[in-house]
Amino acid sequence: MNLQAETLRKIDEVIPHYPVKRSAALPLLHLVQEDQGFISNEAIEWIADRLEIQPINVYELVTFYPMFRQKPIGRRHIKVCRTLSCAIMGGYRTCAEFQKQFGTGLGEVSPDGEVTVEFVECLASCGTAPVVMIDDHLHEKVDAARARELSDKIKGEAKTANR
Amino acid sequence: MPAPEQFRLIFKHIDEPGYTNDLACYVRNGGYEVLKKSVARKPEELVDEVKKSGLRGRGGAGFPCGVKWTLLDRKSGKPIYLVVNADESEPGTFKDRYIIHNDPHQLIEGIMITCFANKVERAYIYIRGEFPEGARILEKAIAEARAANFCGPNILGTGYGCEIYVHRGAGAYICGEETGLIESIEGKRPYPRIKPPYFPAVLGLYQCPTIVNNVETLCHVKHIADRGGEAYSKIGTPNNTGTRILCVSGHVQRPGYYEFEVGKITMGQLLFEVCGGPLPGRTFKAVIPGGSSAKVLKFGERYKGKRKSGAEMVEYDWGLEDIPMDFDSLAMIGSMGGSGGVIVMDDSVSMVEALANINAFYSHESCGQCTPCREGSLWMKKITSRMVHGEARTEDGALLKSVADQIAGRTICAFGEACAWPTQSFIAKFGDEFKAYPEAKKAPRAAAAPELV
Ligand SMILES: Cc1cc2nc3c(=O)[nH]c(=O)nc-3n(C[C@H](O)[C@H](O)[C@H](O)COP(=O)(O)O)c2cc1C
Ligand code: SF4
Ligand code: FES
Repeated sequence: MNLQAETLRKIDEVIPHYPVKRSAALPLLHLVQEDQGFISNEAIEWIADRLEIQPINVYELVTFYPMFRQKPIGRRHIKVCRTLSCAIMGGYRTCAEFQKQFGTGLGEVSPDGEVTVEFVECLASCGTAPVVMIDDHLHEKVDAARARELSDKIKGEAKTANR
Repeated sequence: MPAPEQFRLIFKHIDEPGYTNDLACYVRNGGYEVLKKSVARKPEELVDEVKKSGLRGRGGAGFPCGVKWTLLDRKSGKPIYLVVNADESEPGTFKDRYIIHNDPHQLIEGIMITCFANKVERAYIYIRGEFPEGARILEKAIAEARAANFCGPNILGTGYGCEIYVHRGAGAYICGEETGLIESIEGKRPYPRIKPPYFPAVLGLYQCPTIVNNVETLCHVKHIADRGGEAYSKIGTPNNTGTRILCVSGHVQRPGYYEFEVGKITMGQLLFEVCGGPLPGRTFKAVIPGGSSAKVLKFGERYKGKRKSGAEMVEYDWGLEDIPMDFDSLAMIGSMGGSGGVIVMDDSVSMVEALANINAFYSHESCGQCTPCREGSLWMKKITSRMVHGEARTEDGALLKSVADQIAGRTICAFGEACAWPTQSFIAKFGDEFKAYPEAKKAPRAAAAPELV
């Protein structure tokens, strides 16, 4: 496993937060996923080894908790809220607009590798529906027009990054 | 009657221009003074204040907070843990997010008073995975508080020490259920535990006595320690004390968060006055009063019966608009105050499609341990989604009800009820719309009708 020094430092820091090492499984999965983009089989074994538990005990978390993934995604992660308050305020249209902008299906990597668009359940910001999370950042009242603006911004940032 | 003024206790500084989430700003506004006062008192006195206050949990069940604390097994000799429920995952609820983002030190002060009162030396804040910024804000706030000696070892020179750690979830709703949450901190799948014997107060985190409280509940503890339990209990109404943050979403002119004395505002005042009524050209159709699992209420419905008023029983005959927004009144009319999430739907919404949306949520989130919940939530989703996207039949409503009726009361955790109540109440109140759906579907879709599933 080729983890960054900073990730390793955070791993060492978080394990003693718990009286039982196994408790650090979720924090380690988050840290490794942030570092590597997804959770590989190698990562599962590495975490198990680090916490002195069986790989199955890590694997069963990866397959249960929706935020962990076993495959890479696009460079940016667009998560559109699907739940009732957002849906009645037009969340499905917002999601369709993102898919159209990047020519991609739900849960796939877009052809340009730039984004993965997904539906997620309630993001606890129902009062400013429809809401969308792009990577770690929440965007509120994202109707189709706003989804186009955000898409253009992502495309613009991709161009600058590639130069 | 005009709506009362908001009573901003917990949300006093939310939206205040120039108010920031750092320690300096909190202290400038009188922050941590209550903690200083509290650590000079006997812990038992603080527990007593909370008992006297009548505070009821703001996470969903409305269980009296002081009673919960007295159930703790203090004789086991094991450490006692506090787990802060910051999972905020019940659809329609969005209050804890604002506390965490905009006033994290208020929460930390509440946590520390609670820990001191209950002799807790380690607390975990379980924050949902979808709040990465919230987790960073909390970690920064804890570090600031620790540096200023408000948490960590030897707090304020008292010799008492307590650490707070942030633990992030990873996108599973069931982690909000207190025993599932505990399993999740232990590094496992969040499978809820069976009660008895696994009451957190006795066999909680690491099989030690554990308090699980919601973020908003713990903020109230700070204000109770400040004002005294007796004085706090005068806010609100009897048995429904204090203030409550109501999160309004959906089809109103002004959705958002509003804090009122519990029971002093009615549903009608909230939706028509405070939230500005329906969108132009629309009419209200239905409202879910306490997070998406609460039973739906129908506009035009009347509720009749007898209720306690002081020592006497009095008759009540309420329209939906007359219902006071408190735990007891909402329970009395067959729904619940739950998490305070009020979801409003107008006449553009098809109740069949709204239920299909809700059912998709619950079937996605069932942890799968109990057959009635795992299979029942899946079938309710399959049936409603077939009604919308495939063939709909007049008898589908009855079929849905028969599935829902077999879940509640037969499961390990209250998710069983949470997933059955929407279907049961939608069919009970909008049964005709379900029967008419096969015909209604043939008509061209109204332009305003949102896609829901
Ligand atoms: C399925 C399910 C989901 C829940 N989700 C939450 C939640 O997201 N946040 C919360 O505070 N309580 C939630 N609860 C309630 C908790 O189990 C627990 O009662 C609460 O955290 C206790 O805190 P309180 O007494 O301060 O309300 C949930 C309960 C169930 C059954
Ligand atoms: S009721 Fe549902 S969520 Fe709760 S333990 Fe059983 S299967 Fe899991
Ligand atoms: S329903 Fe979308 S944030 Fe709650």
